[in-house]
Amino acid sequence: MKLPFAESFITSKLDDVINWSRKFSLFQYPFVTACCGMEFMAVYGAHYDGARFGSEIPRFSPRQSDVLFVVGTVNHKLAPVLKRVYEQMAEPKWVVAFGACASSGGFYQNYTAVPGIDRIIPVDVYIAGCPPRPEAVLEGIIQLQKKIQERGPRGFDGINPTAEHPVPRLSRE
Amino acid sequence: MADAAHPPEPRGEAKLPALTALLEQKFSGQVLAHHAQHGDETVVIARARMLDVFRFLRDDPACRMEFMIDLTAVDYLPRRPRFELVVHLKSLSLGHRLRVKVPVAEEQAEVDSITPLWVAAEWYERECWEMYGIAFKGHPDLRHLLLYDGFRGHPLRKDYEKGLAQPLVPLRPVRERWNYGERFMPVNPEQEDQAS
Repeated sequence: MKLPFAESFITSKLDDVINWSRKFSLFQYPFVTACCGMEFMAVYGAHYDGARFGSEIPRFSPRQSDVLFVVGTVNHKLAPVLKRVYEQMAEPKWVVAFGACASSGGFYQNYTAVPGIDRIIPVDVYIAGCPPRPEAVLEGIIQLQKKIQERGPRGFDGINPTAEHPVPRLSRE
Repeated sequence: MADAAHPPEPRGEAKLPALTALLEQKFSGQVLAHHAQHGDETVVIARARMLDVFRFLRDDPACRMEFMIDLTAVDYLPRRPRFELVVHLKSLSLGHRLRVKVPVAEEQAEVDSITPLWVAAEWYERECWEMYGIAFKGHPDLRHLLLYDGFRGHPLRKDYEKGLAQPLVPLRPVRERWNYGERFMPVNPEQEDQAS
C-alpha cells in the first residue's frame, strides 16, 4: 500500500536539520590583519567564489556573524581586541585560523607576536599555508561545515566559551 | 674626544667633503669622526652640543636641512659607548644629505630631543625610546608608540631576552598541540597550566 505524501517529505532529527541550515549560512567576520588578506579576498572574489559554500556575506559587526576568520598575524597588543570581538559574537560561533601566523605565530617567534590565536580563543579549523591557496581555504570551509553538521555548535560538546572567557576590559576604559 | 670606538682619522691630506668641512670648521672638537661613501657624508658628533649642531644644520644657508628623514639607534653591545643615535637629514632645496651619529653611553642613555627642530622626529624618538631605552630630553610626549603600557624592558636591546613575550591576555594552554610530538610540548606543562 502506498502511503500518502510518501515522496514529498523526508524524516530527520531536528538537530540535523538545524545544523544543516547553519553550515550553509555562515556569515563571516573578517579579522584581517596581514598579507593573508589578499588570499582571503581572492577566495571571496568571483574567481573562487566562496559564496558557493553558503559562506557569502562578510559582516563587519561581530553581533551579526557566525564565523570569525582570523586572517594574519595577531600581536600581543591586539590580543585584547581579538578576544573582545570573539566575546561579542552571538552563539553559535566558530573560529577559523587562516594561515601560518594565525595558527602558530608563523615565523614570528618573538616578543610581539601571539604564538597562535588558539592561545587566546578556541579555534575550530586551522588552515595551513603562508598564505594558503584559495583551494586550501575552501577545503577549510568544507571541513568547518562537516564539523558543524556532525558536532553542532561549540558548547554542545561540553565547552562553554563564555564562562571560559569573560569579556576583557580594554585599557581605554 | 676620540675614543676606542672612534679613533681619530688622518686629516689634512685629502680634501674634506663640503658639509663635513663646514662642521669641522664651525664646531671644531665636536666632530669625533667622519667618512663619506659615494657622495654620502657621515659625521659622528659629541652628545654634549648635539642640539647646537642640529640647529646649525637646519638653519645655516649652506646646509638648510629641512627634512629629517630618519632617526633610530644601534646597540653595539659590548662596545663602549654602547649605543649610537643615527639621524638622517636631507636638504630639499640644496639637494644634499647627511648622516649624523651620536654615541650614547649606557649609563647615561639620554640625549637632547630634536623634536623642537623637526616636528617629524616626535614619533621616531618615541619608538627609539621604547625600543632602545634612550630617553629624549625635551620631548613633548615621551610614551609608548608601538608597544603598550606596562611593557618592561627595551626589546631591540641586544640583552633583551630573545622571544620574551609580555602578553596582555593570559595565554591559555592548548592541549591538542601536545599530541603533535615533543617539539610542541611545553617545557613545564604544570607551570603552563597555572599561568593560564
